[in-house]
Amino acid sequence: MVDLSINFNGLMLRNPVLTASGTFGYGEEFADFIDLNLLGGFIVKGTTLLPREGNNYPRMAETPMGMLNAVGLQNKGVEYFCSVIYPRIKHFNTNILVNLSGSQISDYVQGAEILNELEAIPAIELNISCPNVKEGGMAFGTSCASAAHVVKEVRSVYRKHLMVKLSPNVTDIAEIAKSVEAEGADSVSLINTLLGMAVDVNTRKPKLSTITGGLSGPAVKPVAVRMVWQVYKAVKIPVCGLGGIMNASDAIEFILAGASCIQVGTANFIDPAVTMKIIDGISEYCYKNNVNKISELTGALAMN
Amino acid sequence: MRKLESMRKYIHDLIVYKNIALNDEYFILELTHPEPLPDIFPAQFAEVSVPDKHGVFLRRPISIHDVDYDSNIVKLLIQIVGDGTKKLSQISTGSTLNLVYPLGNSFSMPSKPNLLLVGGGCGMAPLLYTARYFTSFGFSIKVLIGARTKENILLRDEYRKHAELLTCTEDGTHGTKGYVTDHPVLSEPEGIDVIYACGPTPMMKAIAKYAEKNNIECEVSLENVMACGIGACLCCVQKTIHGNKTVCNDGPVFNIKEIVW
Repeated sequence: MVDLSINFNGLMLRNPVLTASGTFGYGEEFADFIDLNLLGGFIVKGTTLLPREGNNYPRMAETPMGMLNAVGLQNKGVEYFCSVIYPRIKHFNTNILVNLSGSQISDYVQGAEILNELEAIPAIELNISCPNVKEGGMAFGTSCASAAHVVKEVRSVYRKHLMVKLSPNVTDIAEIAKSVEAEGADSVSLINTLLGMAVDVNTRKPKLSTITGGLSGPAVKPVAVRMVWQVYKAVKIPVCGLGGIMNASDAIEFILAGASCIQVGTANFIDPAVTMKIIDGISEYCYKNNVNKISELTGALAMN
Repeated sequence: MRKLESMRKYIHDLIVYKNIALNDEYFILELTHPEPLPDIFPAQFAEVSVPDKHGVFLRRPISIHDVDYDSNIVKLLIQIVGDGTKKLSQISTGSTLNLVYPLGNSFSMPSKPNLLLVGGGCGMAPLLYTARYFTSFGFSIKVLIGARTKENILLRDEYRKHAELLTCTEDGTHGTKGYVTDHPVLSEPEGIDVIYACGPTPMMKAIAKYAEKNNIECEVSLENVMACGIGACLCCVQKTIHGNKTVCNDGPVFNIKEIVW
């Protein structure tokens, strides 16, 4: 029997498979396809202090081995989440994380204060890396000083596990990781989407209403694996890896590069039951390779 | 009008029973499954996984064209518009096709007897099952189909089994010459209680305008670009008076009173 459990800096996961914010709704959307209780956890849709309508349609363009999105954090706000959605999902026996975003530091702080009170939410994923909002979002995650500042302020009010989601749209992601670690982040997750663009050559129009958007899917995977490896070497807090994971082999790749757990994102659109296959596939890999505990594989790269 | 119940969604490997080319542009996939098909309502759709996926990343949302519960067959009428639908057109009999379905809401149960279904181009696809379904409840149904030319007024006899078929073509080769909004049936609004439409946005806008002017209940089924198909990613949204709503899960059917065009 392979032990898939992870102690993710105090956050106890039954297995290393979580789902990525923005690709999994509030979990309920997938309840016809999978048993949510079998997940290591799921991370709900990016939530902001106040409701947001998001960007105009079109918000999505298919690209080679991936897709661009420009949803722009459409959500009904923290209060709505607490009063309407949370009561519907809190019974799930898995880790439910809220992805929290904001356009100014006080938004993050107030949101985190409210979420801190929700018993069934053991952690938040601080989104300082959304490329699809005009103000805030990625702006916080692209300099060490601003990343450190927002984490410091949120840390002062949030008492549970604080995961910080990092942007790949930076010169040196390891430096950003170190700066949020120094301000008390419990873990980092990476990568958020890569800023991209696509054009319809017939109409000469950008395919997204916002012109640019976030690229996800297998197309970004090598970039994500590289960044996970760089961050793993730079910080002591654990890393949650994501970016184009489609199957168990991809998940193992991230784990070997330094991730303690992983998130499945865009793959949920291709196969709504893919997370179950990934969990089973990780077990199978460990069994075949005589790995007793999945945690032993983190960062276990065999160097040339 | 009463909304039909939304049911459980499934991921099924369906077997291709027939792949019928109707012309260079349209084909029908008849799919079957060892288990009984789930309950499917008019205007619901499937997210179809394209086999031999090279160059095609996402599933393709395809509306349900018809369901034959006696022979346990679900039919998709598909227009070839890009690489994904091209690959689907080449699928061979006996192979499997993975579907996530049935998705989305459906046209409502009408509260009055005389129903006009309007379809433009590939928007005719969901109207066969819509006609079959509502005929079984005793509604009097006219189906108005508009296309560029006669060759794309497809499956006329099939539609005639469940409804009175009215047609128009842009080049005048079948039915009335012009767009669906030029059809004489619309000059007698007193004979129409409810309109359900599916097709290009300009057509649906024009039909919505007509329905509004004549105080006729009207719903449209939208075809926005989608990723997940199950209301999770919020990519396919339509502006409504209640804010942005997902076409895949809150729709594809919207009452025209709700839509902000």
